[in-house]
Amino acid sequence: MNAAVAEVQANNGPLVQIRGLSKIYTRGKQKLEVLHHIDLDIARGDFFALMGPSGSGKTTLLNLIGGLDSPSDGSLVVDGKRIDKMAEGQLARWRAGNVGFVFQFYNLMPALTAQKNVELPLLLTKLSGAQRRKNAAIALQLVGLADRASHKPNELSGGQQQRVAIARAIVSDPTLLVCDEPTGDLDRQSAEEVLTLLQRLNREHGKTIVMVTHDPKAAEYASHTLHLDKGTLVEQGVVA
Amino acid sequence: MKKFLFGLGLAAIVVVWLVVWTALPWIVVLALAILLAVWLVAARTGRRTLSVMRVGLSTLTERLGSTAVIVVGIAGVVGVLVALLAMGDGLTATLQQTGSSDTAIVLRGGSGAESNSVLTRDDIDVIEQAPGIARDAQGKPIASAELVVVANVPKKSDPTSDANVAIRGVGDAAWTVWPNVRITKGRKFTPGMRELDVGEGAERQFAGLEVGKTLRLAGQDWTIVGVFASNDAHGSELWGDSKSVASAYRRGSSAESVTARLTSPKAFDKFKASLMGDPRVKVDVSTTRDYFNKQSEGLSKVIRVVGITIGVIMAIGAIFGALNTMYAAVATRAREIATLRAIGFRGLPVVVSVLLETMLLALLGGIIGAVIVWLVFNGYTASTVGGNFSQVVFQFRVTPELLWTGIKWALAIGFIGGLFPAVRAARLPVTTALREL
Amino acid sequence: MKYFNLVWAALFRRKTRTIFTLISIIAAFLLFGLLNAVRVAFTSGSNSLAGNERLVVASRFSIMTGLPESLKTRIAAIPGVESVGHENWFGGVYQDPKNFVFSFAVDEDYLATNPDILLTPEQRKAFANTQDGALVGEALAARYHWKVGQKIPLQSTIFPRKNGDKTWPFTIVGIYKVSKDAPNGVDQMFFLHWKYFDEGNMYGQHSVGWYVVKLRDAKDADKVGQAIDALSANSDHETKTQTANAFNASFAKQIGNIGLIVEAIMAAVFFTLILLTGNTMAQAVRERIPELAVLKTIGFSNRSVLALVLAEAILLLLIGGVIGMAIASVLAPALAKGSGGMIQLPPIGWLIWIEGAVLMVLIGIVVGVLPALRGMRLKIVDALAGR
Repeated sequence: MNAAVAEVQANNGPLVQIRGLSKIYTRGKQKLEVLHHIDLDIARGDFFALMGPSGSGKTTLLNLIGGLDSPSDGSLVVDGKRIDKMAEGQLARWRAGNVGFVFQFYNLMPALTAQKNVELPLLLTKLSGAQRRKNAAIALQLVGLADRASHKPNELSGGQQQRVAIARAIVSDPTLLVCDEPTGDLDRQSAEEVLTLLQRLNREHGKTIVMVTHDPKAAEYASHTLHLDKGTLVEQGVVA
Repeated sequence: MKKFLFGLGLAAIVVVWLVVWTALPWIVVLALAILLAVWLVAARTGRRTLSVMRVGLSTLTERLGSTAVIVVGIAGVVGVLVALLAMGDGLTATLQQTGSSDTAIVLRGGSGAESNSVLTRDDIDVIEQAPGIARDAQGKPIASAELVVVANVPKKSDPTSDANVAIRGVGDAAWTVWPNVRITKGRKFTPGMRELDVGEGAERQFAGLEVGKTLRLAGQDWTIVGVFASNDAHGSELWGDSKSVASAYRRGSSAESVTARLTSPKAFDKFKASLMGDPRVKVDVSTTRDYFNKQSEGLSKVIRVVGITIGVIMAIGAIFGALNTMYAAVATRAREIATLRAIGFRGLPVVVSVLLETMLLALLGGIIGAVIVWLVFNGYTASTVGGNFSQVVFQFRVTPELLWTGIKWALAIGFIGGLFPAVRAARLPVTTALREL
Repeated sequence: MKYFNLVWAALFRRKTRTIFTLISIIAAFLLFGLLNAVRVAFTSGSNSLAGNERLVVASRFSIMTGLPESLKTRIAAIPGVESVGHENWFGGVYQDPKNFVFSFAVDEDYLATNPDILLTPEQRKAFANTQDGALVGEALAARYHWKVGQKIPLQSTIFPRKNGDKTWPFTIVGIYKVSKDAPNGVDQMFFLHWKYFDEGNMYGQHSVGWYVVKLRDAKDADKVGQAIDALSANSDHETKTQTANAFNASFAKQIGNIGLIVEAIMAAVFFTLILLTGNTMAQAVRERIPELAVLKTIGFSNRSVLALVLAEAILLLLIGGVIGMAIASVLAPALAKGSGGMIQLPPIGWLIWIEGAVLMVLIGIVVGVLPALRGMRLKIVDALAGR
């Protein structure tokens, strides 16, 4: 199979292809199997919600998909690349180009302005300073915070901070957005704003989104929902 | 505005405290310490302070790294300060002990130092007959006509160096004029012979000056026949017979200075007046104490100023190090302090406990620095260039006063470094502190 | 350079702490600058090029023991000698004993032996033609606002005049400039005529303090030096001839091992500083572990995280160090001025700056390396979970 054929197959197949994925943590002598033989495909352009009680392994699965952690067993192909085989440095480069992250507690740099926070991932690219500023401004505009560009995180509300975080996640135009409880720390209204934004990114900009949440209302915004319990998949439902 | 005034007030307290502190004798400090101890044990607020402090101290081991910063930083400041002051004190002591108020030194008018002076045999005769000079059992005046020449001898620490060591030719009366000079090894030189006695300091500092060795002076070999102790500047010199030295250096019967023992310190004025009024000679007269004091004045002042300047700059560095550490300590303990305040502890015990903790650490640092300097430098022999462009050997003197000075500096640094964080701790709004962590 | 913003922002994330640490660093490098200026003041003039082709002939016994004037023609006759001059220490003070003036009585040939003193032909002529004339360095003239043609009294701390008065009148005939690589302090000197000094001096005895010999070729220094010393061997005025460099170096050594003292103090200062700054950096990184984890999540490599933290430490040291040394550069001349010429502190030269910069970077690396490694090794998943 030559490279061109592989490329075509990759583009047509699912974006994320998980086969027999396990994750075992060793704490001292104790072994803890957090994920047990997961098989899962996530289609290109999907908005995918992962639900489950705490300790079910949903964040671990998300981290594996995002390339933050490596599996103990099984294969993990994202966009045609075997990321489970990648070394740490390779994985970092891959994340920079392919994944955007959104966290529950926003995780913005408190010392940097919104604009500079959004620019952060672009520092890893070859873009010029002017280009970086322009792209960051566009991303901020997209999340509706162009007027807050020069504010620092502690001068913004929770919802606004999360939207800055989303702008940071999309600024380098990744195919995959990985969101860990993006609304977990927000009030109802801000949560809805953030979820609507994610939905728009999914529908209008074709971003594939994988979101961990324990909030059924949040999961309603997704096109697919998957339940995890004690490290195994429980059901795979299609909403709407 | 209120915050600014509060800060201003704190700064004023610091300044006032520093002024009072520098002037405080140790006995008052001791009394204050005892008073504090009594307050801590007896008074209710004191006991509370103690319990707050105990909580603080129990967390000390968890922040070993940052507390080490205070201790080591202050040990460094105190160490450098005490070492430099010990050097200045040692030099001053050596030069000042050399003189006394009942011996007088006579130099040619306007010469300032012995090496610039020349006195002829006639001058010396006139000087020796001046009123006020003590006389020995035979009725001869106790006066020593002396001259100093310089030999180049390497230092033990640096064999390639070429230090100027003073060779003093002295008269028979020298041993009486300078009663603190006594032979500790070997014997006195024999007048008329090419023999030398070496001062203990010189023997220690310079190479090849042991008894039995020879030294080449003015093209002749001189034998070292004894070692003398003097605990003053003479200890840096080699002594020989003045006539032998003068003839070796073709100085004829002249000398550079005459040092005379006076019948009493009161006789000095009469002695001086008589020589100043004598038309046959043109001389300067001073007590040896004044003469040597004047020689040490400049250098020891420079060392003192340099020592204190360096100490102050280092102390500033250490104060800010302590501030950082204690602010961080207060920040990590904010919840604990807030809890204490929430259950009813007032501000004062909190302020005092943080302050005391810092000062205890500072005290520890001060003691470590002072003890290290005392162990390493007390009695350390060094030499520098003295009045006759020749070497003065002296020992560092780490005196109890200097150790006390060091400890005082440590406590002052601890006070400033602890006060501001302590006040911060006490003024921390209880509710935010409880919520923050 | 694009990361500069990131490093800068991280550095001033906690302003108070950073400023306090900066003050400590400033204090350390202020000391570094000042102490090095002192060290240079004591050792300068012992490694100049010109100092190798000049010999100083002094009495073997003491610099204060004079030499006979008659030696001059005999030294001049030695092959390899280009010119011979002589100097006497005058020991002058101006108006107040605190205002020390480095003053020397020199003969008419002295100036030819000293290439560091730059004179115009007019100045030379004016000096030669004025019995009580004096040449003063531009720094000295500036200090007391002396002008050419001005008559000034200078007191000798040692030599009274024939009438017993220690105040000598002089007429300033020239204010000289010094060559670019002149040793420290040459621009602070005061030269007067030896003849005026010797004749006016109550104890004038045709005595010369020391001779200065300019060689035709620096290579001859040893040979000529031995020949000069041989002239007076076994006489009552044996000489000791050294190159000007060696003479200055041995003079500095007499005062004590300044270099060693300076090094010992600096060792204590920097040891404390490393501990202190290292602690601050560790604290700063500990607080920022989640932020560093985010950077790694975004795709920053381990090495970039290491570099970011190291850069932060080095930048901290560089800011504090440069400010400290800048203060030292301002303070050193002020101290020298305040001491009334007793202490001559040279400006902080580029060599000291380079040495300082190297130290800043080194200390930055030392204090930054442990926290940086910690940042580099952190596991993203653990750090994000707050473990």
